Amino acid sequence: MNLVALAARCRAEHDYNPLCDAIPYVRFLGISVSEEAGEFISQLAFRPRNIGNPALPALHGGVVGAFLETTAILELVWAQETLMIPKIINITIDYLRPAGPVTTYARGTITKRGRRIANVTVEAWQGDRSRPVAIAHCHFLLELTP
Amino acid sequence: MTATESDSSVMDLARFYLGDIPHIRELGMELVEVGCGDAIMRLPYRSDLVGDPDTGVLHGGAVSVLIDSVCGLAVLSAMRNPGPIATLDLRIDYLKPARVGEPLHAQADCFRLTHQIAFVRSTAFHQNPAEPVAAAQATFVIKGEGGGLAADRRRS
Repeated sequence: MNLVALAARCRAEHDYNPLCDAIPYVRFLGISVSEEAGEFISQLAFRPRNIGNPALPALHGGVVGAFLETTAILELVWAQETLMIPKIINITIDYLRPAGPVTTYARGTITKRGRRIANVTVEAWQGDRSRPVAIAHCHFLLELTP
Repeated sequence: MTATESDSSVMDLARFYLGDIPHIRELGMELVEVGCGDAIMRLPYRSDLVGDPDTGVLHGGAVSVLIDSVCGLAVLSAMRNPGPIATLDLRIDYLKPARVGEPLHAQADCFRLTHQIAFVRSTAFHQNPAEPVAAAQATFVIKGEGGGLAADRRRS
């Protein structure tokens, strides 16, 4: 089954974890998703191998970036804005606080969806949602037909 | 100028960086070269880093991990007395998809270092730096002795 068909099935069943499992790097990082009260939240489980600063310890900045980018992609798929897996054009990540060795959460918001381009902002937090650890905004190319 | 010619402590720093940081070790990143304020690292192609299983193209996040890592090494190698650093921001333009099955290189250049902030440019490519797959710019917060030394050391 290709990703497009899998995404369609995930939408129908309101369970996007099979899609996470189908993307090798998403599985490697330990990302899962849940849909609560109409909100699509992704989770990055803590894994020692995702550490980038062993002294603090804190997650690798690239891992946090990958998590934010994945959350944006899944938000677009969840919001049914794309039939293909959207192609990333660029991402800007601001690192606000060290991401400690606990579960990280993220929520994506589609800021603007044009015919071909989508702008998505993502916020990630750990224990306290009012204290984000990182934010990102990214642009994607949407391909509405496979 | 490479580290072997100029400063063996930079080489020790790079060995620690690649060997003791769990995520860098986990991804099997390799050092290609490191100077005083610049570095090149390589990420071997691995099927568990794929973002699109239909094509086998690497996940953008794996590219961002490589770029963030090589930028950090360039910053550390520019500092006279390296201390803790943290990425403040990172912007990546994905210029074209990475080729399936080929290792990816990323080079970074710390072009400005103040006492508190380091500014870095980076590109990712397969074999030819003139054909980049991704281009990035980042800033880092630094603790330790910075102070514009990358340029000074190059001149000396």
